[in-house]
Amino acid sequence: MSEPNNQSPPEKRGFFARLKEKLSRTKESIVGRIKKIIRLTGKVDDALLEQIEEILLQGDVGVETTTKIIEQLRQREDARKAENADQVTAVLKDILRSIVEHDERQLKLGDARPYVILVVGVNGTGKTTTIAKLARRFRDQGLTTLLVAGDTFRAAAIEQLEIWAKRTGSDFISQGMGSDAGSVCYDALQAARARKIDVVLIDTAGRLHTKVNLMEELKKVVRVIRKVIPEAPHETLLVLDATTGQNAISQTKIFSEAVPVSGIVMTKLDGTAKGGILIAIRDLFDIPVVMIGVGESQEDLRDFDPAEFVDALFEE
Amino acid sequence: MFENLGKRLEGVIRKIRGLGTINETNIREAVKDVRLALLEADVNFKVVKSFTQQVTERAVGQEVLRSITPGQQFIKIVFDELVKAMGGEAKPPEFDPNKINKVLLLGLQGSGKTTFAGKLARRMLKQGFKPMLVACDVHRAAAVHQLEVVGKQVGVPVFSIPGSTDARAIALRGLEEAERQAINLVIFDTAGRLHIDEVKMDELTAIKQAVQPSYCFLVADAMTGQDAVQSAARFHEAVGIDGVCLTKLDGDARGGAALSVSQVTGRPIVFVGVGEKADDLELFHPDRMAQRILGMGDVLTLVEKAQETFDAEQALEMQRKMRKATFTLGDFLNQLRQVKKMGSFADLLKYIPGLGSQIPAEAVDEKELAHIEAIICSMTPMEREMPQIMDASRKRRVAAGSGTTVADVNALIKQFEETKKMLKKFMGAGGFGGAARHPAMGHGMGHGSGKRKKKKRR
Ligand SMILES: Nc1nc2c(ncn2[C@@H]2O[C@H](COP(=O)(O)OP(=O)(O)OP(=O)(O)O)[C@@H](O)[C@H]2O)c(=O)[nH]1
Ligand SMILES: Nc1nc2c(ncn2[C@@H]2O[C@H](COP(=O)(O)OP(=O)(O)O)[C@@H](O)[C@H]2O)c(=O)[nH]1
Ligand SMILES: [Mg+2]
Ligand SMILES: [Mg+2]
Repeated sequence: MSEPNNQSPPEKRGFFARLKEKLSRTKESIVGRIKKIIRLTGKVDDALLEQIEEILLQGDVGVETTTKIIEQLRQREDARKAENADQVTAVLKDILRSIVEHDERQLKLGDARPYVILVVGVNGTGKTTTIAKLARRFRDQGLTTLLVAGDTFRAAAIEQLEIWAKRTGSDFISQGMGSDAGSVCYDALQAARARKIDVVLIDTAGRLHTKVNLMEELKKVVRVIRKVIPEAPHETLLVLDATTGQNAISQTKIFSEAVPVSGIVMTKLDGTAKGGILIAIRDLFDIPVVMIGVGESQEDLRDFDPAEFVDALFEE
Repeated sequence: MFENLGKRLEGVIRKIRGLGTINETNIREAVKDVRLALLEADVNFKVVKSFTQQVTERAVGQEVLRSITPGQQFIKIVFDELVKAMGGEAKPPEFDPNKINKVLLLGLQGSGKTTFAGKLARRMLKQGFKPMLVACDVHRAAAVHQLEVVGKQVGVPVFSIPGSTDARAIALRGLEEAERQAINLVIFDTAGRLHIDEVKMDELTAIKQAVQPSYCFLVADAMTGQDAVQSAARFHEAVGIDGVCLTKLDGDARGGAALSVSQVTGRPIVFVGVGEKADDLELFHPDRMAQRILGMGDVLTLVEKAQETFDAEQALEMQRKMRKATFTLGDFLNQLRQVKKMGSFADLLKYIPGLGSQIPAEAVDEKELAHIEAIICSMTPMEREMPQIMDASRKRRVAAGSGTTVADVNALIKQFEETKKMLKKFMGAGGFGGAARHPAMGHGMGHGSGKRKKKKRR
């Protein structure tokens, strides 16, 4: 590792000195490393399982789900009989896929018009950008879209969404900063009906799930939406950041208790984080992952494909 | 699953305490639990590995083995090491009001840079500085506008070049503007970027080289998982950072990233963000963070209790000897020395159940105690064990050696024998009741005081 620019070498040369160097070299995928280990040891034994466990933990899969996976691997006949790397990898892949694949579902618009999609999540995960990406997708399908500035708290959140509305050719509705989010939604849904809009995308302020008053506010937004359209929101998407660790579990739990979360969007998968927490979330909740974000521009949205996701973990 | 963390550590304590003898295997078991707690707190796996190795070495070495309350002592070791690993005391950045201090903020998308810019400006404004914000985020939609609103909220000027996409040029022009306006703190807000985005990393390097910041702060989200080490290491390697600001600590994230990031960069965590408003900024406290990572609000209380218990255990040992009437002048001397370290004799008496409340503090003359110490010191070990062998010549020798008189020596021996008799009677009446059944008996006092000294040195 080269020295950082304009910096003297770190003065703290304690017991973590070697760690830094080690870390800078680990750029391989989770399973790529497992393969390597299997190739080295040649068979599935406790030492190998321990190493697989380490690698899963290092991918944010979490203690609980990792333990479950290891246990399954231990139990499986085909894993015990495996004689080479590819065979063990296949079993592990199979297990991971079975966790991720249950109740899978893609985001498809139902018949209702306007089709109302509410987007929620903690601060800075990519809610507003995801709305822009969704708008782009629906516009490309020839549908009309309305973006609703439900984040009335954060500085310039309204302007940010307005820019995206222009870029995607969407209608846009907002009230001033600090106005009531419920009231913005109420107006917007009335307008959407009058204008015969196909898809309404509602942005909300980022909020930590532990803030009771903010979660109450979110519940109220849902109540107001239902006053106008009883079946709405037709989708409530929870946006999670792929770099998030175990806290994503708490986020998913509390958000889905407060509002009817129907799908998860995982963003920032274009970084080095493999989104291993997604495996834990799929293991612990029945909420499907419907989309993934892979960049900052309008086009960087993909349908979530469980098989592809697991395969990506296996890529070296 | 979060609630289990505290319980897990309590389990660690119970595990070690429950077993009569402590060996390497016990500790390794406990270390495993600590490892799990750290992993669940999102501390990077490799960091956990080095950390637990360090803790194991220290614990197995001796301290836990000899400690009277090993479980608590063990947790204290974990806690201390954690605090140490996160850099000890909080170190706020030092700004010189007589020059232009420059702070460059960088980090991943959505980590909280723009919000932090406002918070830092507010904090320094309150301390009499004249801050200015410079809007170098030319990528995110409405980013400049966001900073302008933030600037207005905290009441500091914001520099931007509308329509420009040249972040470096904006930074340089902002600096010129700052000089013109006699600003002494310039905060550069930059676009969020992925550490693997070479083009955007180059943009950061260019800004840094152009403005030569006094401080380069990495703004990182406290909820970050294992990948925190990759991004932090890469930012540090490519740009070089001086400190870390950890945001969104107002949630329920354990914040293990704090340990990961400070270890991988070797740079201190300086500030923590605890809310979305400009006032929600605090200095970083490693001890609080360590508690949070371990998932125990009351680790400190626990550790304090460990120390208290430790002292009480010694007192109990003395009681045991008194009860058996094997209490000698030698023990008494040890006790005196113990008292000196601990403060006052009255303090020590408090630890003796059923006795402390019966002897008023005023009854203890500390000067007299000094005399007594000198006398016992001049006695041979044999004389201390059996004062009855003290004849006239022995008494003269002791008096001369201790700078006292034979009468003083006589008085001490008489008093000691009387006290012993009295104590015996007192205990026969059940004065020390349940305390004598304490399971932790059997540790020598000399041993204990050595332990105490060791603790003080840390
Ligand atoms: N690399 C990358 N960046 C993303 C992705 N999605 C969003 N971002 C960036 O993350 C940052 C935050 O995105 P926003 O869409 O503003 O997030 P938000 O959840 O609306 O944020 P708040 O409203 O402030 O809570 C922006 O800089 C986005 O450009 C993604 O998939 N990949
Ligand atoms: N709860 C909480 N939210 C924060 C904190 N710091 C920033 N935020 C929020 O996180 C989101 C992203 O912050 P921003 O400053 O725009 O991040 P940037 O993209 O790095 O400039 C916004 O919604 C902020 O309000 C914090 O300490 N606590
Ligand atoms: Mg937003
Ligand atoms: Mg910003």
